[in-house]
Amino acid sequence: MEIHLTQTILIKHNYISMTILAFDWGLVIEKLILIAVVVFGSLGIALYTTFGERKVAAILQDRPGPNRAGPFGLLQPLADGLKLIMKEEIIPTAANKWLFILGPGLAMTASLMTCAVIPWGSDLELFGRKIALQIADINIGILYVFAVVSMGVYGIMIGGWASNNKFSLMSSLRAASQAISYELAMGLALIALLMTSGSLSLKTIVEQQVTGNWWNIVYQPLGFLLFFIAALAECNRTPFDLPEAENELNFGYHQEYSSMKLGFYLFAEYINMIMSSAIMASMYFGGYDLPFFDESTVAPNIAAMIGVGTLLIKIVLFIFLFMWIRWTIPRFRYDQLMNLGWKTMIPLALFNLLITGALILANL
Amino acid sequence: MSTVDILFYLLSAFAIVSATMVLISKNPIHSVLWLIMVFFAISGHYILLNAQFLAIVNIIVYAGAIMVLFLFVIMLMNIKKDAEPQKQLLVKLTGVIAGGSLLTLLIAVVKQTSQIQNKQVLLKEGTIGLIHPLGKALFSDYVIPFEISSVLFLSAMVGAVIIGKK
Repeated sequence: MEIHLTQTILIKHNYISMTILAFDWGLVIEKLILIAVVVFGSLGIALYTTFGERKVAAILQDRPGPNRAGPFGLLQPLADGLKLIMKEEIIPTAANKWLFILGPGLAMTASLMTCAVIPWGSDLELFGRKIALQIADINIGILYVFAVVSMGVYGIMIGGWASNNKFSLMSSLRAASQAISYELAMGLALIALLMTSGSLSLKTIVEQQVTGNWWNIVYQPLGFLLFFIAALAECNRTPFDLPEAENELNFGYHQEYSSMKLGFYLFAEYINMIMSSAIMASMYFGGYDLPFFDESTVAPNIAAMIGVGTLLIKIVLFIFLFMWIRWTIPRFRYDQLMNLGWKTMIPLALFNLLITGALILANL
Repeated sequence: MSTVDILFYLLSAFAIVSATMVLISKNPIHSVLWLIMVFFAISGHYILLNAQFLAIVNIIVYAGAIMVLFLFVIMLMNIKKDAEPQKQLLVKLTGVIAGGSLLTLLIAVVKQTSQIQNKQVLLKEGTIGLIHPLGKALFSDYVIPFEISSVLFLSAMVGAVIIGKK
């Protein structure tokens, strides 16, 4: 009897541990590697985007730009990063300590989380497994991006408030109201795209563009323009960088921050730029689709690599566009910003929705 | 216990702890942040039920829009924990009794509802929470309540604009 009981317990125990461990471990390892590559890859690209920004600014202003550290100044981002880490950490006495630390962390997390649903390329075939170059192909991909974007504002709001500084608070409130206003136009522009594609999954949207004749930009030119402007506003880039208007607010929501916490805020902006470029490339410009090239003529692994390269080139082009705009157009006034958001973008987005709906009804 | 069970208990504990922190935090900003945590836990529960659409809409609408406005207002009003008026004991006691009775009533109703008795929740399966079945249901079986509620939203929006213009 005793032995019988221990046996059942043992069997039960085995059963429990089996159900807990009944994962496809290959899938877990594959996803972990993919996450590590994507996260560290975006951090690396962000590092060099800061360098790119300074070089683009220099070219547009007809000066050499950073050229001292390494050949062509290529080691400059490493020097900047080292400087940020070595600086003294200051937490103001009147600041709310935990939230002050949480702020930059949240900003960074929210900007990195977007990468989970971006399809970076078609499937790889390694060791007899089909490896999707996308961390998660969820049923609601675009809405996930939208949710993460709306989370991004918390990093700024919490950091600005916890600094216990009037200018930081004003700046974070500006950031929040700007983000909320432009999220509406962004969402409405997205809905028009969803009406034409009929799917929320980014992978499906990209595949439709790979197999179809045209990229979505042909069907949604106005939608793309609205989305692009909203993306500029969501990334706090010029001409929408009112939260960082230094002539009105001293520095902005990160005024009290020093060392790597400041670095996180600055870095999060660049990662946001990369992620929004990737989203725009995937949704409107065919994602990893190389134009005038039939992917089925080469081996699947090579096709996947070509796809990743194509997407990266598209991302770099978008980032260049962001920088070009930053160093060309001056900042808006606050009332201009709100007027553009509420009185121009939202009516245009609604108009775009109506036109799209009418065209779908007319079967064009 | 399967993985889903473990996740369920973890999320439930997370939700209850966060909800308690909403109540006992002295600083209103902390309360708002804990409330956002509660919404995330609830979204986690939705995902366990394979209702991805509900989960993400819960985050977009509540955590992403409504709570930002909450935080906005509290930050602008600059409520300090010392400035909060201390209520009398009688008022506090009334609140406890009223809240306790509501909780008892709700539990009683849920326990007696015949539709959910002896039924198990479909964890990890079932497609009603995905966007296609949900859209079909909303625009066929429930189209009238859906449209009426959207008119209600519109009228609320117009009302808010009129109040704002005064």
